[in-house]
Parts: sequence; structure tokens; C-alpha cells
Amino acid sequence: MISLTNVKKVYAGGVTALNNVSLHIDPGELVGIVGPSGSGKSTMLNMLGTLDQPSSGSVRIDGHDVGGLSDTKLAALRATRIGFVFQHFHLAAGVAVVDNVADGLLYAGIRLGERRERAAKALERVGLGHRMNHRPHELSGGERQRVAIARAVTGNPSLLLADEPTGALDSTSGATVMRLLRELHEMGTTVVIITHDGDIAKSLDRQVHMRDGGITRDSTREHALIAEARR
Amino acid sequence: MTSTLQRPPRMSARDVLRVGAVGLRTRPMRAFLSSLGIAIGIAAMAAVVGISSSSQADLDRTLSALGTNLLTATPGNTLTGEQAKLPVESEDMVGRIEAVQEVSALGHISEAKVYRTDKVPEEQTNGISAYATRLDVLSVTGGEIGRGSWLNKATDDYPATVLGSVAAERLGVREPGVHVLIGNTWFTVVGILDEVPLATELDTAALLGWPAAQTYLNWEPHPSTIYTRSADAHVHTVRDLLGATVNPEAPNEVEVSRPSDALAAKQAAGEVFTGLLLGLGAVALLVGGVGVANTMVISVLERRSEIGLRRSLGATRGQIRTQFLAESLLLAALGGAGGVLLGALVTAGYSAYQMWPIVVPAWALAGGLGSTLVIGAIAGLYPAIRASRLSPTEALATT
Repeated sequence: MISLTNVKKVYAGGVTALNNVSLHIDPGELVGIVGPSGSGKSTMLNMLGTLDQPSSGSVRIDGHDVGGLSDTKLAALRATRIGFVFQHFHLAAGVAVVDNVADGLLYAGIRLGERRERAAKALERVGLGHRMNHRPHELSGGERQRVAIARAVTGNPSLLLADEPTGALDSTSGATVMRLLRELHEMGTTVVIITHDGDIAKSLDRQVHMRDGGITRDSTREHALIAEARR
Repeated sequence: MTSTLQRPPRMSARDVLRVGAVGLRTRPMRAFLSSLGIAIGIAAMAAVVGISSSSQADLDRTLSALGTNLLTATPGNTLTGEQAKLPVESEDMVGRIEAVQEVSALGHISEAKVYRTDKVPEEQTNGISAYATRLDVLSVTGGEIGRGSWLNKATDDYPATVLGSVAAERLGVREPGVHVLIGNTWFTVVGILDEVPLATELDTAALLGWPAAQTYLNWEPHPSTIYTRSADAHVHTVRDLLGATVNPEAPNEVEVSRPSDALAAKQAAGEVFTGLLLGLGAVALLVGGVGVANTMVISVLERRSEIGLRRSLGATRGQIRTQFLAESLLLAALGGAGGVLLGALVTAGYSAYQMWPIVVPAWALAGGLGSTLVIGAIAGLYPAIRASRLSPTEALATT
């Protein structure tokens, strides 16, 4: 699903955000990328989401080499294969919830009627079928994040990227959101969650720890080692 | 899982409109104000064109009602600079020109002044002149009687007078029947004229019968203005002949004019002014366009996170560009539509007030709308390109 090979990202001004990172994520995995701020995890999200290009190394998403794609192809990749969930939801104020979700399909070339139908289904899926025509400001933080998740998954992306999805929520709402993400994972979507919260990371199948632009620990490997030692 | 990436189909026109209207819906007041700038410019231009067209239509209507075949001959100056006189027989001479259909004349009675009463100081003449008139002056000049009646064969030789519209107003005469003092004789006002567009000298005149002027004012009969009507095709011929016919001895002492030309010239002079106003309207439109550009630049700055989100949802650079260009075009088009409507209303109101036919030329409306679209496109281009160049990560990082 995702394959990063020797990825390096140096920002203008000489800050190295990622230093020779290689990472492989299989389809259907549920992965947490954990690290303190400044560890390079946001840059990692941008790489995984094709929002930015590496300075060197290669990024392959869903079989496509991101470095070789035009803006149009990258946009198509994001429109059809990748869903994003952000810490601050990014919902359009004053626009009905159902239309916010329908906008997730706007750039996939689907006509308005069908976008709304699919949006309604996605909202049912996150348990907000009764909130269709509300405006975002009428919803609680947890509900808004569920709307954002509905928008991200309404196009059935194979990869869901969540950037601190519970960062702006209280623990109860956060738990609901995490349950939702896990459900999506169980239905076959590859889910990558970027977080600085160790507890959330611990609850995931695989944890990739980052510090100073590099991967310090990849816990699947540890599990594998432990399993090997036990044998 | 690997499959070839298919480029999604283009956005439908309806979706482009919907997305373009996002900014207008979320900030309606700002949208209204920035379209207002455009609207004022377009309204100004549409009203200027509309009012000038309506006034032209009014002139055309007047001229077609009054005819353009009226020629007048008046005395000019002699070679030594003195006021010339028309010969007594000139009226008959003109009547003998073959192409002339009608002839009439006024004779200025320069010694006689016109007063409301004998208590008015002598020097307060109010700019009103007394004229002896032929009975057919009214029909030849296209004048109309407003109140009372015109002179006839009975009142021709009687101390009776018909006042021009301005003269009546200055004398404070609203209804016929009152007496005014002309020279040293009291005359009864029997009628008041409407305005006479082709013979404005009648407006400030007190008109008496030809014989009455001789009887009561000791006037030596001399025509001072000769009016002729001829067939449209012969107007130029008659014009060339008129001077020599009126005064064969000194044709250069006769001034010949065509009053309808003077009206048209006045209109043409107005058109220069129209051009100036149109230029001012264009400046207003330009300022409106700058306003839209300004709004768009601010809008792009404010909506960086929206742009980032749309990029993450799969919008291409082109689609972001299209969105902001569409927004700018919508702003301009709204302003243009409002302006055209406003301009048409102003034209209709002003023309109705002036009793003109209402003419709002379609080319002005279409041109107005077209120019707003061009302005919207130019105003939106730079902000739209800036929006599309924004890196999605940078845009998302702003919150």
C-alpha cells in the first residue's frame, strides 16, 4: 500500500524534516505514527498523503510512484484513493453537514445527486444520519470530527490518513472517533493515524515511533522478535 | 491493489457555479459591496447611454412632427455694420419661388414695449418683443395654441394679442381675457401659445395682427422674419435662392437658417457631454473592478485552509483556479446585472419625467454585461493563480 524508500525532506532554510526514512505499510494495516512535535511526523503525513514531494528518495502509494506524477494525476490519486481527517476538522461553516460530506466526492467527477446520496450513507455509517441538515457550528467537536471522517470515507478510499484526529476532542468523543477508525480498518481500509498521544498509539496494531526526522522504533518488528524469542 | 489512475471527469458547469458561489454565500455583505462598485459603474454608463438615446428619440419625434423643411430669412448686417432691413415686398417675392409651398412673416415692432400694467417702470421690458404677425405663422412654424384662441380675420384689426409661452409667464398671464399694455395701447390677450421648438422667437413674443399694428402702434410694415415651407426634396434649392429673392440688391444682408438644423446641432453638442459622462462611468467601472480584485485577493488569503482542504480532497491546481475565477466572474456579473437594471430604471424614470420616449439600447445593456465579465476575469485572474499555486501543506498548516 505504502512504500517509502530512503525518503529525505529538506525544507527551504536547511531544516531536515525527514532523514533517510524507509517505511512499508501493507494494505489493511492499522498503523500509528507516534512522536513529539518536531519529530517529522507531520512531514510524514504530507509524504503519505502526496501533499508534498520528497527532496530525495521514492514514495509509492497504492502502486504509484508519487515523484513521477503530474499535478492532475496526484489530484486524481487523492480524490479516489486517499481520505484525510484533520485535527481541526476543516468543515465549511454555514454549509449543511450533508453537503460538507458530499464535497468529499466533488473532485471525483460524481454528479451532485449521487454525491448527496453517498454522503447520506456515509453519515449513517458514522452515526450522524439524524444530523444531515445541521450546520457544523450546531454540532459538538466529536460530531464534527465524525462528519470529517464521513467526508474522508465517502469515496471509499483505500488509504485513510488521520492527523491527530482526537487532538481537539475530550476523551469520550475521542474514544468514539477511535472506535470509528478501527471499524473502518476492520472493513479493509488501510488506516494511518498520526499522533503524539502514546496511549492512542498503544491501542493500535503497529506503532512507528519517530524522533528528529527518523524512525526510532517500529513495534511490529519488536513483536516479531519477541515471538521469535519465545519459540 | 495497483490499478491505473484514471483522471476524473471535468467538473460540470453547475458544480463550477456552486463552488464559485461558496465565497458569496459565506460572506454575502462583502460580495454585495464589491459588486456594488461594479453596479454603480455600469449603471452610470447604461443611464448615460439610455438618457442620451431617449433624448435623441425625442428629438427625432419632434422633428418628424414639426418637419425639417422650415427655412427662415432674417435681416443680417449691412456692409457698414448697421442692422439691415428686409424689403417690404420680400414676402411676395419669396412666395413666387416655385418650390415654396407656404410663406409667412413676422414684423418686429421695435418701438413698442410690452407691460402688464402702466405702473411698471418703462425699462422693465422683461425681454418681451411685440411682433405683427401674419395669420398663418402658426401653421407654418408648427406652433400650437395652448389656451384661448389664435388671431383671426376679426381680431386681426382689433387691439388683441396672443402671447408666447414665456412671455405669458413673465407677464404673469395665466388665462386669456386680461389686458396688457403694448406701446401706449391696451390690448386684450386672446390666446397663449405652447412652446414653439422651431421658432423660439415666438416664445417671448406678443403677437398682434398686421393691420392692428399699423392702426394702433403707427408701425411701418416691414417683415423681420420670413418663414417658408417647401417640399423636403427642394429645401436645399430654396435655401440657396432665398437670400437673393428676399433682397436682390443685397443678398448678403439676409441670414437664412434652418431651425431644425439648430435643434440637431444642439443635440450633437450634448453628445460631446455624453461622451464625457460615459468616460466617467468607465472610470467608476474600473474602480469597481479594482474593488473586486481586492476582495478576491483578501478572500484567497483568508481561505488558505479551505484551499488546502480542497487540494487534499483531490482538487487540481486548475480546479482551484477555476473556482476563484468563477467567484470573481460571479461577483462582476451580479454587479453588472444590478447595474444594467439600475441604469435602465434611471433612464426610464428620467425619460418619463422629461416626457421622452423611453429608449434603452440593447447594445448598451449587452455591452455593459459583457464588459463586467471581462473586468471580472481580469480582476480574478491574479488571485486565482495565486490560490492555485498555494502548496497544500502550507495552506493546511495555517490553522
